[in-house]
This record gives sequence, structure tokens and C-alpha cells, in this order.
Amino acid sequence: MLHIVSRSPFSDDSLKSCVRIAKKDDPILLTEDAVTGVMPGSAVASLLQDAMKSHAVYALSADLKARGVDRMLDGIKVVDYAGFVELVEQHKPMTWL
Amino acid sequence: MAKIMFLNRKAPHGSIYAWEGLEVVLIFGAFDNELAAVYMDDAVFSLKKGQDTSELGIKGFIQTLPVLEDYGCETILVEKESLDARGMTADDIAIPVQIVDAEAIANLMAEQDVILPF
Repeated sequence: MLHIVSRSPFSDDSLKSCVRIAKKDDPILLTEDAVTGVMPGSAVASLLQDAMKSHAVYALSADLKARGVDRMLDGIKVVDYAGFVELVEQHKPMTWL
Repeated sequence: MAKIMFLNRKAPHGSIYAWEGLEVVLIFGAFDNELAAVYMDDAVFSLKKGQDTSELGIKGFIQTLPVLEDYGCETILVEKESLDARGMTADDIAIPVQIVDAEAIANLMAEQDVILPF
């Protein structure tokens, strides 16, 4: 299952809940405001670092670019829209509203 | 017959999500599907005993919750960690539910054809 998170992790629990529920090896894709969480040194850095021990964590490039997010925690994988489509082809998507 | 899960995560009354999440179960109840509802995070307040919205001037839905089962939604899961985090226990819940851990929710989620988040 592909877990898609779009809300900012600084104002919403969806990333935290997603990480709690997601099964080991389920990929997590950060889109929209959720990409703001990938900057090193943030309040959610340890949550994402722990998540990356059991999940691949992706961030959507268009949303990173749109928000000027130019540095990321090690291990975050950047995908473009084509990569997003590939992930959805490979895994059943689940959106955390 | 599809397996459909309604994943509720929002508190009631402050936004329309909880209400819509309940209405859509009742709608899907008209069709032949296998339904499950999950309540986690602030949505555990949607199941809280003793809700009275009369002073808000809006319709509450605590009275509607007991009919979920009659509408074919026989699996109702509540995440224990969400209850714990809010100082709530099984005694606070207005309808019969299964209180489970995150892993049980993840397992049920993996079996679904469709998951609708509210």
C-alpha cells in the first residue's frame, strides 16, 4: 500500500498517524504541504528518520520546488509526476486526509 | 462485492468531515458491500458518550451511530492509542466497537478494495 500524505506535519497529525499505521515496507509519499517536513533539523526530522527505517519515503519534486525546499534529510527520495504514477501502479494508494 | 473502509480522523462538529463520514456509510449501506469504519485520532470524539449539540444549534449524530450496524457496517474499530492520548477509555464510547492497536487497523486496511478518508 502507498501512503500519500499531503498536510503539513507541523500543523496536522496525518504524517504521525500514517507512520504509526503503515505496515513495514509500505512506501510513503509526501505531497503538497507535507513536503515541508523534509528539511533537516525540523521538529519532525526524527519522526521521518524513524519512518525511513521501515519505509521508503518519497517527496514530490513539483511541491518541493514550489515551496523552495532545497535541502532534505538523507534518505528522502525525490519523485516527479511520472514517478508518482509509477508508485501508484505498483501499490494500492491510500490518502491520509 | 467490494470491501470498503471509512477512515475517520477528524473531531466532530468543528468541521463537516465527521458528519459526511457517517452519512456516506449510510449511503453505501444501500449497496451490497462489506463495510468497515475506523475511528482514530480526534475522530474518537465522534463516538463519545453524552454529546449534546443543542446549544450549538446543529444536528448531532450520536443518535445515528447505533444504526451503523443495521446499514451493513458491522466492523467498527477504534484505535486504542488515540483513546489513550485523549484520556479516554472504552467506557467513553457510545456504541459497541472493537478497540484495537495500530497493527490491527493496518491489517484490515491491507484487505480493502477502497479506503475513503474523512
